[in-house]
Amino acid sequence: MELANIEKLLEKYLNATTTIAEENRLKDYFLSDDVAPHLQEYQVLFGYFSTSKDEKFTKTIQLKSQKLSWKWLSVAASIVLLISVYSGFQINENITERNRAEAEKAYEESKMYFSMVSVNLNKGNDAIAQLQHFEKTTNKVFK
Amino acid sequence: MKQSEFLKTVMPFQNKVFRLAKRLLVSTAEAEDATQELYFKLWKNKSKLKDYKNIEAFAMTMTKNYCFDRLKSKQASNLSLVHSNYKENDTGLQRKLELNDSVSIVHDLIENLPPQQKLVIQLRDIEQYEYNEIEELLNISATAIRVTLSRARKTIREQLIKQHNYGIS
Repeated sequence: MELANIEKLLEKYLNATTTIAEENRLKDYFLSDDVAPHLQEYQVLFGYFSTSKDEKFTKTIQLKSQKLSWKWLSVAASIVLLISVYSGFQINENITERNRAEAEKAYEESKMYFSMVSVNLNKGNDAIAQLQHFEKTTNKVFK
Repeated sequence: MKQSEFLKTVMPFQNKVFRLAKRLLVSTAEAEDATQELYFKLWKNKSKLKDYKNIEAFAMTMTKNYCFDRLKSKQASNLSLVHSNYKENDTGLQRKLELNDSVSIVHDLIENLPPQQKLVIQLRDIEQYEYNEIEELLNISATAIRVTLSRARKTIREQLIKQHNYGIS
């Protein structure tokens, strides 16, 4: 491509009136090896444009964002809370059950002991009654 | 819209989205985050996508807006810190080697342009969109685009000639 043409295109380029096709022609020219010495600064420019276009996004895009996991975290937390409350209630229930059983046993035992005590107390009463009888007769005798 | 169908419509321009985000946000990591965020937004609104004639233009506009929002929020909080962070990422050995490469001069020149010019250069000279597409994308008239583009191209050219003549790199 002749130089005059390129210079004309460059003029248009600077005034932003070139089309994409014309800009591509300029790009092709400046990416080739034989560039006129007085236009060398453009070589850098167009070189930069074409290398920049090759830059790629290398990471993979995640459509499920981190924010979503917060929702799941709260669901999990509420489940854990529910389970802990339920099991805590259950354990508490067990404890009261056992306590009641123990209390009943203790009641039975103490009832037994009380009855034993009362039986023995009655025996003592009989003895005391005899003693009273003895005292009466001694009083009769010694009057 | 199924996932496969969705991917088929939106994946072809993922690199364009990424490059635009990188042009505006500078940092590669930020650009990757922006791309990820954008695709997530598209996925959430997949039912509405059918209403748009040109999904690519819609996505690019969303990217542009998202990046500007990001920049604004950064500027509001702590611009200097963030800015030094960006620089920090790039001052590796590779970056120093690249600086010798004159191609990166162009990168820095575009970097220093006003945001609108940066955008137009990215969309036209790198992505090679037609003027009517850029019109739709940026929601400004073709004449305004041409004026901005012309200004940007002339600035870059002047700077390049300056550096070329004085041999400053």
